[in-house]
Order: sequence, then structure tokens, then C-alpha cells
Amino acid sequence: MPPAGKHNPGGHLRSHPAAKGAPAESPNQGLSAIERVRLARNPMRPQTLDYVDALFSEFFELHGDRRFGDDGAIVAGLGYFGKHPVAIVGHQRGKTTPERIKRNFGSARPEGYRKAARLFDLANRFNLPVITFVDTQGADPGLGAEERGQNEAIAHNLELMSRLEVPVICCVIGEGGSGGALAIGVGNVVLMQENACYSVITPEGCAAILWREATEENVAIAASAMKLSAPDLLELGVIDEIIAEPPGGAHTAPAEAAHNLGVAIARHLERLKTLGPAQLRRDRERKFAAMGNAFLQRQGVENTRSIG
Amino acid sequence: MAQNTEPQPDPARANAQPAPAPSDDIWTKCPTCKEIAFRKEVERNLNVCPKCGHHFRLTVSQRLAITVDRGSWREMFSELAIGDPLKFVDSRPYTKRMAQARETSGRNDAVVVGAAAIEDRPLALAIMDFEFMGGSMGVVVGEKIARLFDFAARRGLPVVVFVASGGARMQEGALSLMQMAKTSAAIARLRDARLPYISVMCDPTTGGVAASFAMLGDLNIAEPGALIGFAGRRVSKQTVNQELPEDFQRAEFLLAHGMLDAIVPRHQMRFTLSRLLTMLARRHPRRIRK
Repeated sequence: MPPAGKHNPGGHLRSHPAAKGAPAESPNQGLSAIERVRLARNPMRPQTLDYVDALFSEFFELHGDRRFGDDGAIVAGLGYFGKHPVAIVGHQRGKTTPERIKRNFGSARPEGYRKAARLFDLANRFNLPVITFVDTQGADPGLGAEERGQNEAIAHNLELMSRLEVPVICCVIGEGGSGGALAIGVGNVVLMQENACYSVITPEGCAAILWREATEENVAIAASAMKLSAPDLLELGVIDEIIAEPPGGAHTAPAEAAHNLGVAIARHLERLKTLGPAQLRRDRERKFAAMGNAFLQRQGVENTRSIG
Repeated sequence: MAQNTEPQPDPARANAQPAPAPSDDIWTKCPTCKEIAFRKEVERNLNVCPKCGHHFRLTVSQRLAITVDRGSWREMFSELAIGDPLKFVDSRPYTKRMAQARETSGRNDAVVVGAAAIEDRPLALAIMDFEFMGGSMGVVVGEKIARLFDFAARRGLPVVVFVASGGARMQEGALSLMQMAKTSAAIARLRDARLPYISVMCDPTTGGVAASFAMLGDLNIAEPGALIGFAGRRVSKQTVNQELPEDFQRAEFLLAHGMLDAIVPRHQMRFTLSRLLTMLARRHPRRIRK
């Protein structure tokens, strides 16, 4: 298998046997939820810019939201995936301490989401597919973020992404932390690496709320209860495909992890490029309109009074 | 002001609370000015403190009664209920929690949606129930809100949502999170149909609900003093490691930072909605089937 790299961007990738659906014979199977959370947070785990290096050529980073500032927690730019020019948006957590501080540990502020929105809008007008990389513990909860409208910034992106008329492929590559993740995660296709996680709140936050105390044991229970691992989310219909990772996690063989992701992106992009603009929006809308509906039931309101 | 014929709050609800001291039934203490007032007097004043104007939270029935034209309310999709997608168990199984919330409230989940009229102007209306698991949004809340927007788009109706929610419902995990995208996409369709959506943020409006349909109104309005925010105050404080302003995440703070169009006291809400809907509706051809 040729390693994916700068000189072998997306267009040349060949299908890998383990790349489709739940990897059957993966050595990562059988990991507990909290073990996957730890892998997803591993500081050596490849991040957005690693995948940009491995899968895209001629990447040109674009900065700033034209409103307030430039948020290092979100990387955005243009580049080629194979022969396709695409728009790329992703969280970047940083690896060294100075980079982590510059990146705000991957917790984006409103200006980060507004930079992403600018890219989405740009992509829509120039007919560029959008590829996003989700990797954040959550959006920044600080005073400045509240003052500048964190809620509005996230909500705006959810609406904007739902109405895009270009292909949108989202890849959950680390931690998919709540609204801050979803704000760049409304895709026609949502791919998720095998050891990534995606949830409505961190296991620590969940444990702190439900058991008042985020002890190690409670956090592990919460992680398991929330069904935040890729196999569980595939079953719930939240994601579309699991991307296999090398044994021990993506950081043990980053080139292989990137290759597997690239193969899946290439396959979905080929398919999505055959769809028209209205169809792309409609398909994405329908996909999210159906989220969770398999678990709905009809229950007479009067009957509920007799419960218990 | 017209009142509708909503049934009085279920007596079973009062019984479900820990037995109150007899005086609690007669007196209400205002958490803002600490004034003790006759409960009846406060209720007659639309549950606003007569002394300082503190807005107490309203139940769904109370909100309906002071908002819509008498007899105009038709509830929709009330039969939608959730199973137990995650088989979620914390100190108690999710199914048990839900059964109790259903029993206490007499409804299936944390929002009611339907068609109504305000001063003879028809609209699609949603009112969130904070008493039902903190007004949290799971699949049912997301689905009902989305269906309401689509109903309004089909019928050419404006939408008003009274928001009161702590955020996404943990017990439905990532499915709750996805409701943020579901509701936002439905708003996009309403906007494309050029129909107005007024979001009325009541106390509290936080988390995943604030970061989706609550903040997407063509007009964003709030009740005075309502808590509106993304993260909890404690989390924010830990993050910034400094004292937060006193009005942090209050409606007044959001207005000052450009996130709200207006703060409207409860006594003026019905009249204000009527005026705004009239002004916004004028240019759009409306197809209304009674």
C-alpha cells in the first residue's frame, strides 16, 4: 500500500480493504469507551494540519473572520484533493505548549466559527466541495466568547451548512465535543475514525452533572453510557462510516491513518460530485431531519397519566 | 387581555413536590428583591414581582393563557414520544425518569407546539416546558420544533418560539446534539419561504438550544433578566480565571453586546408580538387555511 503524502494526494489513493464500514478484524476492536476517549485525546494523534499535509496539495491557508479576529483553533483554506480544488476547515488543537496556547487547545471562539462560515459561503459560491476535520473538546466557554456571541456563531453555521449546495464531507478525527464540533460537522457524509469520539458533552462533564463528582470510575461509566464511540454512533445513525486506524491508534502510523481517511473521502467525493446542487442540499437536510426518528413512538398523552 | 380556556395546572403536579409548608402556598418570596408578596397577587401580575419586576418562570399553561387568543390554540404532534435509544442508566434508568416526567407533566416531552392566533393573526407557536427535565432537547423536542417550522412554511405562517431550556439532553447522547442541526435546517427552509420567526428567550436559555434555534430568530427577543448563555457560569469563570460581570449571561448583557433585538417585559409581550408580526407579515402573500 503506497503511503499517502504530499506527492500522492487524494486522487491517487486506492481502496483499502478495511476502509469501508465497521472494520471487521480491527485490532482496535474491543476497546472500552474510555480507552477510545484516551486514544482520541492522545497528544501525538494526527491533527487537522497533519491530514492537510498528507491528503491535499497546494494548501493555501485563509485567515480571519472579517469581523473581529483570526482564531487559531480553526484552520481554514483552499487546496487540491487529487484534481479537485476544495475548501478545507478543521479544528487544530496544537502539539507543543506554545502551539496549544496559540490554538486555544482547539476550543474555537466565535471568530473561528465565523471564519469557517466565510469559507463555507465562499465554497458555495465557487462550487468547491467542503471537507472538514472535527477535533475539539468543545467551543470556548470564556467571557469573550459569550460577549461575541458563541451561541449565535454556532447556530449560524448549523443553518448555513444545512443549506450549502456543494458536497460537504466531515471527518471526526479526534474528539467531537458537542456544539463546537457540530458547528463544522453538518455534512452529506460524516466519517469517523475508529478511535475518535463524538458526544453531546465530555464524559467528565456528564459525570460531574449526573454523579456530582467526576471520579475516574464515574467518567468511565459516563463515557460508556453516552455511546460516544464510532461503532455505537454508526448504529445510531449519527455517522455514516468508520475509518479504520492502525493498531494502537492513528498516532502509531499516521501515514496509514491518513491513507484510510483519504480513500474514503475520495470515494464519497466521486459519488457526491455526480449530484446536483439542490439534491446535495436536500440529501443533507433529509439525513439530519431523520436523526433519532427511528426511536420515536406514538404515545397517547392521556395514557401517560396512568404510568407508574 | 384575552385569556384562553387552558385547564388550570394539574393538582397532581403540586402533590409531586415535597409537601410545602402551608404558608408557601399563600406567599411568594421574590428571589431578586426578597420581598414577600401574596402568591395570588403575583399570579395576577403575570408572575412578575409587583415590587421589582422580577419575572418568575411560567408553566406552559400560564404562558399560553397570557399569550394567545382565547380558544385559538390547537396542539400538534403531542403524541410523539421517545423510547430509550441509548439504554441510558445513571442513578436511575432514563425510562424511569421519563415516565415520571410524563406523569408529572401530563405530556410526552419538553415542548408543546401548535397553531394559535394572537390578536386574530394566525401563527405557529412552540412553548418549551422547563419543568420537564429542564426543558432539555432530545429527539422529540428537536423533531417537534422542526415539524412546526415545516408546518409553518407549508401554511405560510409566522413562527414564535418561547424558549426555556438548559440545553441538549444528555440521556439521548449524540442524537440530542444532532437535533441542533435538524432544527436549524428547518429554520433555513422557513427563511427561504420568507416567513418571519421570532425567538423569545425566557429564563433560562442555554447550551445546545441557545446555540441552535433559539439564537436564529429573524428577531431575537428576551424576557427581562433571563439567563441566556452558552456554557455554565462556573465553567466560564474557570476558563477566564477572572471575575465575571454581574449581569453576565443575563438578557441585558446580551442586549448590550448586540445579540438581542429587544428585551420585552411580560406585560407587553403579547402586544409586542402582535405588532411585530403585523409589520413583518404585510408584504408576504399568506395562504391560511382555517
